[in-house]
Amino acid sequence: MSADQTQRATRCLVAKVGLDGHDRGAHVIARAFRDAGFEVIYSGLHRAPDEIVQAAVQEDVDVLGISILSGAHNTLIPNVIEGLKSYDAFEDTLILVGGIIPEADKTELKALGVAEVFGPGTAIEETVEFVREHAGPK
Amino acid sequence: MALETLSAEDALLYESLLEGDHSALARVITKIENRTPNYRTLLSALHDHTGNAAVVGITGSPGAGKSTLVDKLTRQYRNNDETVGIIAVDPSSPYSGGSVLGDRIRMGSTAGDMEVFVRSMSARGRLGGLSMATADAVKALDAFGKDRIIVETVGAGQNEVDIVETAETVVVVVQPGSGDDVQLLKAGILEIGDIFVVNKADMDEAAGTVADLEAMVHMDETASAGVVGGHHAPDSTDREPASGVDPADTGNAGNASDPEDGWTPPVLQTVATTGVGVDELRGALDAHRTYLSESDEGTKRRRRRAETEIHRLLRNDLGELTEQVVTNRGGLESLAESVERGETDPYAVVDELIEPIEAAVLGTLEPEE
Repeated sequence: MSADQTQRATRCLVAKVGLDGHDRGAHVIARAFRDAGFEVIYSGLHRAPDEIVQAAVQEDVDVLGISILSGAHNTLIPNVIEGLKSYDAFEDTLILVGGIIPEADKTELKALGVAEVFGPGTAIEETVEFVREHAGPK
Repeated sequence: MALETLSAEDALLYESLLEGDHSALARVITKIENRTPNYRTLLSALHDHTGNAAVVGITGSPGAGKSTLVDKLTRQYRNNDETVGIIAVDPSSPYSGGSVLGDRIRMGSTAGDMEVFVRSMSARGRLGGLSMATADAVKALDAFGKDRIIVETVGAGQNEVDIVETAETVVVVVQPGSGDDVQLLKAGILEIGDIFVVNKADMDEAAGTVADLEAMVHMDETASAGVVGGHHAPDSTDREPASGVDPADTGNAGNASDPEDGWTPPVLQTVATTGVGVDELRGALDAHRTYLSESDEGTKRRRRRAETEIHRLLRNDLGELTEQVVTNRGGLESLAESVERGETDPYAVVDELIEPIEAAVLGTLEPEE
């Protein structure tokens, strides 16, 4: 029995939350993660924080990447983080935010538990490398 | 059964899962997928709690509308206060091993409802391992207490057939105009379907596809399965008029069979996007479940599934043992090198590797002679 070979993969949820219809960035990231050998679950557009939490918990992802371009990050992201905590899934999930986030808000989001914020112009390799470094599969 | 042997961490997971903790369920499935050491002890403990869920496998070509259909079906089950577990299997890239699992997008109508547990899975480059992982994940959902479990996969080859066969009822979803009857034969899906669904039934070609399917299903009834692929399959001119062409006329699923006569797979029509025909599909699923429990087919299938499982586990473990043998003999690379240098041939290499195993097996048999 102990001879079973473990077969791990890094699982990521790429999520679009709130009233924001811009998903090109999320698609590009999803593809890049796939090409990096990760398992990517894509949420689709217009998800409520609850739905993101449900997906992240059920899929037991190592990485939650939230793409947000609507400016509502100060409301939506704390909701997602609270939800993850209520399912005891916050500690072992690496939370990334991508989108247009003002400098001042970045500090606040990081204080809440977001691992990194990637703004426009970030090289995809940088994001992939960050995941490789910080999210080991469980 | 194997409770005493569980590690402290696994024992906690086991307890939490049985108590209905969704995070625990998710983590158990991760262990199954990762083949974390001792995951089998955990499954062995959970096995005692399985056997209550209705397990349905849904397969069909990409774009046939499987996920949308699953979504609508799930909605109905939830309206009926039944809990649902869904395993959505997607292929992985043969190049990077990565994958984009997108079925969740189409399961929007129950998003946010924790009683619907959706888990996406990909192949992770393992041969045959996916069907094992799927069967094990079904077990976890079953032990958790989900009333309905749906396994969804793209039907393309043996691997996918293996996956849906972990279910007690198999639904094959076909889209109109997906080729003539020969194409359907080639796809090899005819043999595995307990229920056929022609989705997008509002398309022009739907009636023809239904007629093709019905003709083939009924042919399967009269002739042995092996003959179906012969040269004498009826073409479109001498085909019986199909009975289910009108969407309103698809309600005959429930009375399709009685236990004495076996089961004739009904051919249903749905428009998943609007929900047309989903009631009938639900009816047909229940009818098949009743058929399984009233005939001995249910027992037969359960036995066959157990056989497959034992076989798979055995092959898996033996495979790993042989890997060990190869490593002991200096590794695959050095063996391959000696073949490449012309010092030996692959057959002799394997003979030599197998010899001690053979001796051990025959050795244990000797005392009985």
